[in-house]
Parts: sequence; structure tokens; C-alpha cells
Amino acid sequence: MIEWDTIAAIATPRGEGGIGIVRASGPLAISIACQIFRSPRRISPQKLPTHTLNYGHIVDPSSGAVIDEIMLGIMRAPKSYTAEDVVEFNCHGGIVPLRHVLELTLQAGARLAEPGEFTKRAFLNGRLDLAQAEAVADLIRSKTDLSRQVAMEGLAGKLSQAVNTLSDRLADLLAEVEASIDFPEEDLDFMGFTPMRHTAQDILDDLDGLIATASDGKLLREGINIAILGRPNVGKSSLLNTLLQEERAIVTEIPGTTRDTIEEHLNLRGIPLKLIDTAGIRRPSNLVEQQGVERSKAYLDRADLILMMFDASQPFTAEDRELLGAAKARKSILILNKIDLPAVTSPEDLCISAPLKPIVQISLLHGKGVEALKSAILQEVLEGEVVLGDSPIVTNVRHHDALRRARLALVHAMESLVQEMPAEFVAVDLRSSLDCLGEIVGKTTTEDILGRIFSQFCIGK
Amino acid sequence: MNIYHKQYDVLVVGAGHAGCEAALAATRMGCDTLIVTINLDTIAKMSCNPAIGGLAKGHIVKEIDALGGEMAKNIDKTGIQFRQLNTKKGPAVRSSRAQADKKAYQDEMKGVLERQPHLDIKQVLVDELLTEDGKCIGILGHTKTAYLAKTVILTTGTFLKGLVHLGDVSYSAGRAGESSAEKLSESFLGLGFEIGRLKTGTPPRVNAHTVNFDAMEIQPGDAHPRPFSFSTEKITQSQMPCYLTYTNERTHQIIRDNLHRSAMYSGRITGIGPRYCPSIEDKVVRFSDKDRHQIFVEPEGRDTDEIYLNGISASLPEDVQVEMVRSIEGLENAEIMRFAYAVEYDFAPATQLSSTLETKRVENLYFAGQLNGTTGYEEAAAQGLMAGINAALKVRGEESLILDRSQAYIGVLIDDLITKDIREPYRMFTSRAEYRLELREDNADLRLTEIGRQIGLVDEDAYDRFQIKRKRVQEELQRLNQTSLKPSPGTQDRLKASGIDEISKPTSLADLLKRPEIHYEQIQKIAPNQRSLPKAVEEQVEIQIKYEGYIRRQAVQIDQFKKMEHVRVPDDFDYESIGGLKTEAREKLAEIRPISIGQASRIPGVSPADISILMIWVEQYKRKKRQMGT
Repeated sequence: MIEWDTIAAIATPRGEGGIGIVRASGPLAISIACQIFRSPRRISPQKLPTHTLNYGHIVDPSSGAVIDEIMLGIMRAPKSYTAEDVVEFNCHGGIVPLRHVLELTLQAGARLAEPGEFTKRAFLNGRLDLAQAEAVADLIRSKTDLSRQVAMEGLAGKLSQAVNTLSDRLADLLAEVEASIDFPEEDLDFMGFTPMRHTAQDILDDLDGLIATASDGKLLREGINIAILGRPNVGKSSLLNTLLQEERAIVTEIPGTTRDTIEEHLNLRGIPLKLIDTAGIRRPSNLVEQQGVERSKAYLDRADLILMMFDASQPFTAEDRELLGAAKARKSILILNKIDLPAVTSPEDLCISAPLKPIVQISLLHGKGVEALKSAILQEVLEGEVVLGDSPIVTNVRHHDALRRARLALVHAMESLVQEMPAEFVAVDLRSSLDCLGEIVGKTTTEDILGRIFSQFCIGK
Repeated sequence: MNIYHKQYDVLVVGAGHAGCEAALAATRMGCDTLIVTINLDTIAKMSCNPAIGGLAKGHIVKEIDALGGEMAKNIDKTGIQFRQLNTKKGPAVRSSRAQADKKAYQDEMKGVLERQPHLDIKQVLVDELLTEDGKCIGILGHTKTAYLAKTVILTTGTFLKGLVHLGDVSYSAGRAGESSAEKLSESFLGLGFEIGRLKTGTPPRVNAHTVNFDAMEIQPGDAHPRPFSFSTEKITQSQMPCYLTYTNERTHQIIRDNLHRSAMYSGRITGIGPRYCPSIEDKVVRFSDKDRHQIFVEPEGRDTDEIYLNGISASLPEDVQVEMVRSIEGLENAEIMRFAYAVEYDFAPATQLSSTLETKRVENLYFAGQLNGTTGYEEAAAQGLMAGINAALKVRGEESLILDRSQAYIGVLIDDLITKDIREPYRMFTSRAEYRLELREDNADLRLTEIGRQIGLVDEDAYDRFQIKRKRVQEELQRLNQTSLKPSPGTQDRLKASGIDEISKPTSLADLLKRPEIHYEQIQKIAPNQRSLPKAVEEQVEIQIKYEGYIRRQAVQIDQFKKMEHVRVPDDFDYESIGGLKTEAREKLAEIRPISIGQASRIPGVSPADISILMIWVEQYKRKKRQMGT
């Protein structure tokens, strides 16, 4: 049997609220629990008997802050799902504390599990029947495909671009270092320690910025970007207020946002959402209609989901049609408001212009259809992901973790540069930093680095 | 057809750098061996640069030596200038390089072959590979004599469909002036091997009497030349200098004016050349902002006045070459003796080989050297050695020897060759080695001599020397770790006298040596070892202590790496029958047939998820096998 490393992941379907489980499996599982779990009587998890549930708290070891009140499940090898030591943290809060607990396990020495990896281990460690190979292989394939799909969309897609740029700069720096190692006899000018240090520092600064954005900052706080679009007086502000009244707002009024728009944050059954109300975009006195539509369209680009509002009591206009056309290619929900008034525009009218889009009929005035709308939003956000895969949030944790390790390696490289260590010691850490970024945007191969060297330097005796 | 009366265990076709190592290794491992070559006067010929070693290549030569190969010993005997490169960098990327006396190198190697008992040498032009039931059983010579053998190692270099280009002239040849093996090429294709086309080039040679060395920068060898072989005590022969000169704007203009006459630029060459060894035409076109390119002016030997102009390989016509060379400082009156040329040749993509270098298509047939798409004498020799070893092991009915990427550059080389599509001649670089900090020249013996001994290739003398060195290193490491200095006034004075900062608490000699500014000699002054140690031992100890942190981190990575290398994929594993793999991954895996999960993960087009799925099925296969066994 192979001695594996320790893996961790969120093991419950998300978006359900209630209890969520973070599971860790492998030789370090118990020691991870020791680092982040505190029982009221301070009994170390090392001493807790196997196959027990134990009450206590998750504490961030670096700050001492209590993160969540939990039940800790301990299952020692070999009688566990994976036949390894397994701990399960049964958490209460929604996705936010759950994610926090997962991150703590990673900082304590676990690696984020690949899709289907617990099951894979269970099989390889002999816990599953021979006949189940097919099913396990299918599970790994489907979970991987799903997580890749999720990773390509929304939050993660945006992050990839930024990471790509960083990875590119890092690869250039590594090519410089590698060229100086492998081609000392060539008539080439290489960067000295100082400019190399500056370049590395620049990359490190940007990496820090990215980590701040990707971690507890923007991406999670902002959550899923949802734009509300529609003509004036269609009820956009009322919709925003209705949703906010009913759900707990995490943050209101983010400083630095455009004064034209209002951004509000809310937590819908554990999923953080950011609503952008474009109510303010059009100031009728100084802007022609066309411009207003243009700016609304700009918001489309930023949104993960669009709520497109129409007035059931008014005729369907050319402007409505244009907006609808722009939203066609995007994930969107069509909302027909004011169904309490005599109907002029019907769902069928919408359907003709944008078939296959979900349509919800509501009356904000009477609070009718709001629950149906929430379900539709959740449905769209979670679309297709019935099993627990890499949700955007977990994808986010994966990326955050990779960025964190990339940073650590780059800091090592900086230290070597500061001490003016020989180039190959600088290279080894630059390489591993690049490999960590590669987990997000694809591996930079030796061939890529050589390609950079041969295109930048005239090599060849 | 007449069948030669004697049958061999191993038959090596070609006596270049790969062929010589292959034949010697197989013979020394107890096999009756025959080596055949088109021309006995070109054994171990240096077709291009008369030099051995250089970055990453020096590493390979030392590894060959540690395993019991010949190359290092041969260059130690025939080198005319020795230099260590990258001395200002860290220990892992310091590399040895030597200019060879080209002719002496050949003669010396020929002598080694001739003196080797149980090795027969014959001048034979091979026309055909003989096979029976999908197995190679020997070769047929041009003069219709067949030679039978249990295994055949093919090391034909650039001789398969070789085509030499000089400007608008081209002709069939393995090397300039030597015929290529045309019939063998056909026999090769007849067996169904896939082939690709590559290109390489070589620069002009000029007569030393027509060169003005005074106008050039002199480049002497190292004052204390270091031998390649762990068995060579000392380099005693005198050294010759090399020189350095540069092309200039006029040179570049001549080249630009005549680009249309270059074989390469007029589109007559279809093969792909190496990016790291571009022709001068290429350099001038691609790096037009560079106002000069350096040329190393290197003697080809002691008893010859031919001079190799390292840096201006070309495929220009002869008249342009004359004009180009004469535009260069110090070469104004140079008389070209051999013109530069480009050569195109067939190679067999090594994805058709298993890790032992045996072909998957024809059993008992091995390929090694430039035939596999590599360039460089060292890369060729390494493959020859491994093919020779594995053919011998197969004849002896023993388990094959496969070095992994954490053990040797040779492991990196072969793993790359058999898993990746080679698009240009493959040359080793240190950056190809993930575990570069561990794969150093200085510890090649510590990494590999034990292995060489086990397979019977390292002789007793060499092994004894190695064991003594290993013991001395361990003892000295122990002494430095266990000897501690106390911060007494006497000690502080002694430290100061040796130029070392004071210590504030008891400090071991090893900890002292870890300080960046402190070297082993200073430690020796403060707390000398009673026994005087060989330089190589001192060096080894210093490296192991000074870079301990990095080396330890690399060791952890190697541990991780080994886990996946140790999960073997069964030889008869059927990729078609398993579900869940992406089509591209399935095709690649079925083609390459990796030996381990680790190797599978390095095949382009195979994703981590494919690897997970493969592991599931391999495990299922193994369990089924076990169940059937019980």
C-alpha cells in the first residue's frame, strides 16, 4: 500500500445550509485536528477514542479566534472509509465558516483533495470491491469534468487571467536564471542579482494583491455577481429591497463603487451573492436613452447572472427587446413584474425573443412570486451540480491554496536572491512557485522555458 | 548467403560513441559480443566539435564512468584542454569540459575495443536486419555474410538516408566523404518503424598556419585540470590553448547577401535543426540586433593543424564560406580545409522504445544514440551504455536496469526520449532535470557506482576506491557534526586568526561550515583532521554540509516522486478495455506503454484525472491477478 499524503475537502453538498462537513484523510489527519480543534476539557484528539463524535470548537491557531462550534468525528485506520486515519469536522455555519475550516486544514498540512480522491483511496486501499472499479473511474471522470467546467466559469475564469499574467512573468524570470546556468559560455548579458530581485519583488507584490482578492476579500465577499437590468420604474429597486429585507445582508455600501450603481451583498441559503442594481445608471435629464442602454450592457459583462425585469402592465418595447438580445448569450432569469395589474405583456412575448430562458412572474407590491424567484436564482447558480463537485467556492479555495504555496516558494527564491545564493538554488524555488501557479492555469513545461530561452537569447556555439 | 560460424550474444551495429559503450558494456558483463562498422578507421569519431563534456553533458560523462563505461577514461587520456565551467555557480551546475585530440581519442578507443577479450570487431556494411517471428536474430552484411546474435543494438547515427548540403549542392552521405547506409534504411522501413527527419550542421575547419592567433583572445585551460573519471588520479599531459574571435558587421552582410544560396534558407532542407545550435545564417537573421557573434577557435589535436571554428556552422556554398571566414579578425588569410555543411538524416522517434531501449515492435532489437533523435557524443554514449547493459541483462535472463529521473541525467534523458515527441535534436540541459540539486557531477559515483557494481560492470579496483571514498566522506561528516567549539577566549582568537567571526555559543564545525563565507580550508586550520583527505572527499563533505537545507528539501521531493515511480503498470496491461480515460490519453498510453504510473503522468496529453483512473484499473488488474493466483 502506498503511503499517501493527507487530503481534505468539503464533503457535503453545498448551498443547503445547516451542517456541513470538512473531511481530512491520511497520516496527518489526527495531527491536523490537534492543531485546529479545541474541546471544552482540552482533551487532545490524539487521546479521543476512534469512531466517536466530540463536541468542541475550531480555533484558528494563528489568531486564536474561534471559527465555529463543531462536532469532531474521529475514525482511525484501517476502519474508515479510506482505510486511513480520517477526521470529520461537522460545522454549523454556511459556506463561509466551512470554507474557513477547510483552509485551516490546508494550512495545518493537508492538501486539497482532487475530485473523487477519497473514493479513489478507498478503492486503492482495498475498502471497495473489485467490481466497483468501473464506478470509481466514472466518478473521478465526471467530477473532474464538472470541476473543470466550473473552474472555467465565473469567479475562477477571471482569476485565471490574472494568474496567467503572473505565471508568464515568472517563467520569463526563470528562463533568465536557467539561461545563465546552462549557457555560461555564450556571449550573453544576464540580469544581475539586484534587477532580478526587483523583478521577483514585483511579481511577489502582485501575487500578494491577488491573494488578498482571491481569499477572504473580494471574491468570496462579493460572491456571485448578479446584475438587475430593466427599464426605469420596472421595479428594480423594489426587487433589491425585497431580497435584502428577507435575507441577511452581509455588507452594505462598498466604498469605491461607482456612484451610479448600488451594490448590495446578501447570503442566499449559504451562497454569497452580490446584487448590482443599475437603477442609477440613467439620469434622464442629461443622458439620451441609447447611452443608458449602452451602460447597462457594460454591466452585463461583469455579471455571473442577470435578472432581467419587465413590466407586465406596459407594452413590450424596442428597448426591452434590445436588452433581451444582449442578455441572450448570458446566464439570465427573466422577471415579469407587476402581475397584479392588468396584463399587457405576457410571458409568451418574452419567450419569443429569448426562448429557453427561465421566466418568473412576480408582484413585488404584494410579495408574490419572491420565493419562486429565489429558487430560480439558486437553481441557476447551482445549475447542473447535483453532486458535490468543486463548487466555485471550493475552486476558489483550491486556487487560494495554490497561490499561497506559490507565494511561499517565491519568498524562498527571494531569500536566496538576497543572500546571493548560486543560481540553481534560486531556480529551484522559482520552478516550484511556477508549478503552483500551473495548478490553476496549466503546467509550464521545461520545453516552454527552453523556448523562452532560445527566443530571447542568441544561443549556440 | 553464408552464415558466420560464430554466434553472438550481443551484436552492435555502428562504432560511434553509442556503439563503443554498448559493445564494451555487454562484453564486460560477460556476453560474447560483435561490433561492426562501415569503416574501422572512424571508430569513436568526433564528427563535429572535438570536445567532450560541457553543461549537463559533463554530468552524463561522469555518470557513464560511475556505472563502468569508457568515455571518461578515454577523454582523460586524450584531452588537450580541460576546463571546469560555472565555477562561480553552485555545485550542482558545475560541469567539466575538455577539448579532445580527435585522432588520439579515436585511436585510444579503438585500442580499448581491440584489447577487450570476447569482443570481436569487424568492418561490415550492414544491408539488412534479420528477423524471425517478430524477433531480431542478426544482420546481413553487404558481402552476403549473415551474423547471428541473441540481441542486436543499432547505433547508426546520421547514416540512415544521410543527405549532406553545401549551398545548392547536396549528396547522400552519413558524414561528409562517407557513404550512408542506404540498404539498411530500407530494411528498417520494411520492419515498420516510423521515422522522422532531423538536421544538424558543422562549421568549417581551417589550417592553423593560415590563422593569425595574435589577433584573437587566448583561452587557456584550467591550471589544475580535473579528470572526468573517478579512476583517473591526475591529468598529466600538457594543455593547449583555445582562442576566441568574433564575427562582425561585414561578416553578417556577406551572409545576408547570400542567404538565397544557403541550403537552409532556400528551402532545400526539410529536417528540423536544433534551436540551441543554430547555423550562423540563423543567428544573423534571428538576432539581427547583435553586432557580433563569438567563435571559439579550437585545435582538433596535437598532431594536426586543423582548427575547428566553433560557432559558425553553415550550409552556405563554398565560395561564400571563404568570403565569410576571411571577413573575421584573425582569419583574414585562413585557408579552409573542410567546408561547413548541414546534414539531414532519418531518426526513429524513441517513443517506439521501452525504457530499456529495446524496440516495442521487434524483440531483441535495441536502438541507441543519434538514431533516437539525440545530439551529442555524451547523450549517445549514455544510451549506448544503457542499451548494452540491458541487452546483456536480457541475455543473462536478469531484470533490466532502468535509471529514474532522480538517480541520473541518463534517467532523465531516456525517460524524456521515450515519453515525449522529439521535434528537434534532443540535447541535455541541466534545466531538464527536476532534481538537479541532487544530480551533481561530484556525487555521480555515490549515486551510481553501487549499481554498476551489482550488474558486474564496475571492476574491483574502481569499486574499492569508491568504497574508501564513501567511508572517508561519512567519517568526515561525522567528525564535523560531532566536534564542537566552545566560545572560549582561545577559540575566539583562533577563529579570528582564520578570518572567521566569533561564536556566541558552542558551535559544531558543521554549523560553522554552513556560514556562507566559510570554506573547508578554514575549518581545517581551526580543527584539523589528523588524516589528510583527498580533495574529492573534502569537496563532497563541504557540499553536503553547506547545502544541507536545499538538499534535504530536494530529498523530500524525490521521496514523493518515487512513490509514483514504484507503482508499476503491468507489461500486458490493456488500455482499450478500461473505461473513463479520455481518448487522447488512451491512445498515448497505449502507444508509449509506460512502465510506471509516474512515467505515465509525464506523457503529454495525459491529465491527473486520467492518472487517477489508470491507478484504479491497474489496482483492479493486480487484485484480479492475485485472486487468480490463489
